[in-house]
Amino acid sequence: MQYMLMLNETAEDFARRDNPEEAQAYWGGWNAFIGAMAQAGIIVRGDGLLGPATATTVRLRDGQRLVQDGPFADAKEQLGGYFVIEVADLDAALAWAAKAPSAASASVEVRPVMPPPEPAT
Amino acid sequence: MSLTAASEAAERAARTSFGRLLAYLAAGAKDIAAAEDALSEAFASALRVWPVKGVPDNPDAWLLTAARRNILNMRRHAGVRDGAAREIERRYQAAAAAAAGDDALPDERLKLLFVCAHPAIDPAIRTPLMLQTVMGLSAERIGGAFLSAPAAMGQRLSRAKAKIRLAGLPFETPDRSDLPDRLEAVLGAIYAAFGVGWDDMHGADAQGAGLTGEAIFLAELLVQLMPQEAETKGLLALMLHCEARRPARRDVEGRFIPLDRQDARLWSRDQIVRAEGLLVEASRAGVYGRYQCEAAIQSVHSQRAVTGVLNHQALSMLYDLLASRSPTVGVLVARAAAMVQAGEARRALAALDQLAFGAQVGDYQPYWATRAHALAASGQREEARRAFTHAAGLAADPAVRAYLLQRGAPPVSG
Repeated sequence: MQYMLMLNETAEDFARRDNPEEAQAYWGGWNAFIGAMAQAGIIVRGDGLLGPATATTVRLRDGQRLVQDGPFADAKEQLGGYFVIEVADLDAALAWAAKAPSAASASVEVRPVMPPPEPAT
Repeated sequence: MSLTAASEAAERAARTSFGRLLAYLAAGAKDIAAAEDALSEAFASALRVWPVKGVPDNPDAWLLTAARRNILNMRRHAGVRDGAAREIERRYQAAAAAAAGDDALPDERLKLLFVCAHPAIDPAIRTPLMLQTVMGLSAERIGGAFLSAPAAMGQRLSRAKAKIRLAGLPFETPDRSDLPDRLEAVLGAIYAAFGVGWDDMHGADAQGAGLTGEAIFLAELLVQLMPQEAETKGLLALMLHCEARRPARRDVEGRFIPLDRQDARLWSRDQIVRAEGLLVEASRAGVYGRYQCEAAIQSVHSQRAVTGVLNHQALSMLYDLLASRSPTVGVLVARAAAMVQAGEARRALAALDQLAFGAQVGDYQPYWATRAHALAASGQREEARRAFTHAAGLAADPAVRAYLLQRGAPPVSG
């Protein structure tokens, strides 16, 4: 089954990315995690995302386009990246999610990827 | 073949084999809801076919074959053409062959228990899910026991089953590293069923009371499937010790009798002997376990039947151990109650004060009942009265409420 790991991070996590004193440890942690997943051959796809300060949110209301600076909700944790992985079951996906650096500082949401529709006969 | 004989045979198969058949089908399909639908359809066709053609020699194998066919038809209907369907077909054929020959159907109920108590499942629905899938209890019955409307309970159960299927929860026994935590969740869900049955003893229809029997059945099953785990035996011993006292918990007029006033001659000797045996077996592992410790405490109470006195020193030691390793509010309140019984009311009050400082005890009935007894024992009559009344207001059991109100009533002069 395919699962998406939604890697949430705190504001402090995002700040570490560009902090010269912490960036190495920060990226080292992520590279090790991603490297391990790659070695296990389970990565289907995945990306890191720039921080929530770069986010813009769009809504369409009564035909009006509302564009807003910032993420869709002002929360303590924000999406920092995602991976879609192919593993046997939820337990295997949870085991990988627990290894993500942001599981310790924020959280990882695990969701099954919608299976492709069955082709018509 | 009469209709009654056929329906009796179907009912017997439902009672003895439902959990096994469902577990087998669900583990194969990785889908509890589909397995339930297929199995109930199989029972329905049994009621149509058996009166005409006679009850088959091996009703389980017949039901399994019919249910398997239903699952495959459902899948075909839904257009599932993945490799999983072929795998399911292969497994079912092997199983049907085994079941037709012997009773060698592998017991998959353990896997079902672990799925129901998986950490990805809402803890509040784990016990109902187990009762429905492993025991075959209806949503009406479960809703009644858990004070939830049957329709709402049915919906919550369906949601949990949908999550199991869609999120791909494994039907596996967890590996060594995960086992302690996962087993703890299974034991907790079984003990919760027992607690519901125990508290609901006043239920006039005896439905809730039945849940203690269901919990004991599940624990028996777990002991049988995981004989190497000491805590499964600890839990079963604990529940048997409590269950042994059922006949002594009320007097002939239905009034509540606290444990220390119960007539020990009314306790079930067989259940106590069984519990003691399990506890001895469990202790051979030489590992602390919360349920073993609680069972040992109950064992001390049960020994009063033989010795005539309660061994307060043994109780105090066991409660100290339990409180140091598993300091839940329930454990700490029970420990304070043991102090009151041992004549240490002041120490009990200090412990309760400390507990109230750090935990939410405002509407925890055992806290107020214990506090009331401690206040009464230390001569603080007016405060005791207030605490008894407060505890009575929080009691769900009318017999317990009546007992607490009577303890809280001003003394009758003369």
